[in-house]
Amino acid sequence: MTMRSAQHATFTIERVFDAPVAKVYAAFATEQGKSRWFAGHGKWEPIERLFDFRVGGRERVKGKWTAGDVTDFDCTYRDIVPEQRIVYTYDLYHNGNKLSVSLATILFESRGNGTHLSVTEQGVFLDGYDDAGSRERGTRQLMEALAASLQSG
Amino acid sequence: MPPDQLSATFAALADPTRRAILARLATGEASVQELAEPFDISLPAVSRHLKVLEHAGLISRSRQAQWRPCRIEAAPLRTAQDWIAERQAAWEQNFDRLAAYLAGIPDPKDTGDQS
Repeated sequence: MTMRSAQHATFTIERVFDAPVAKVYAAFATEQGKSRWFAGHGKWEPIERLFDFRVGGRERVKGKWTAGDVTDFDCTYRDIVPEQRIVYTYDLYHNGNKLSVSLATILFESRGNGTHLSVTEQGVFLDGYDDAGSRERGTRQLMEALAASLQSG
Repeated sequence: MPPDQLSATFAALADPTRRAILARLATGEASVQELAEPFDISLPAVSRHLKVLEHAGLISRSRQAQWRPCRIEAAPLRTAQDWIAERQAAWEQNFDRLAAYLAGIPDPKDTGDQS
């Protein structure tokens, strides 16, 4: 029995980077640049990688973590204004289950010699987790949250 | 997660018997009798614990099968708030790596399998 649900969520995070806009933008717009920092680092074995940076083009980062979890970021670029903004939509999968569908907006703004970057994600989070592994993970996270709250209390 | 839900969740988890029941249910569905087995308490006492867990939304009980199996429910544990927290944390880590990359510093956590 799968319990169907859809919850909406939005967040923005911002940071100022000590590099000119052209350099920060290149870290998003080129496969070489983006592979240096975006997702799937460390204990991660790549399964699939696509990078087609143009409107309508697709990016995919699918891989397996040492723990055995497989995550899949499946993205389509929707709007690109060089050195100003990138808009894309993406599906996020965990072990083959679609967790969320999101719209991401990345804005680049020159700030002195640096770059102000903002990322806003608007998403719909689907069905919670219904498989046994995720239930266990959810429980473990709750236990950890409980332990942390007891320590801080 | 609304605060009342969180309070119900934590109150339900404040009892060692109920935590043991949840740990058992994390491995699969079970009947009240099966859940009662490891404990030196009566079936009605186990049922009271199950009611607390059910009220907190941590378990559900099937109305279809006659033995009314209990199962653990992840829904209260996994909300949109968790999604936001996970995605934000992912971006914070990405930003840390991006800042290091832009500064020309190799990331010590990067084992090189992506580069």
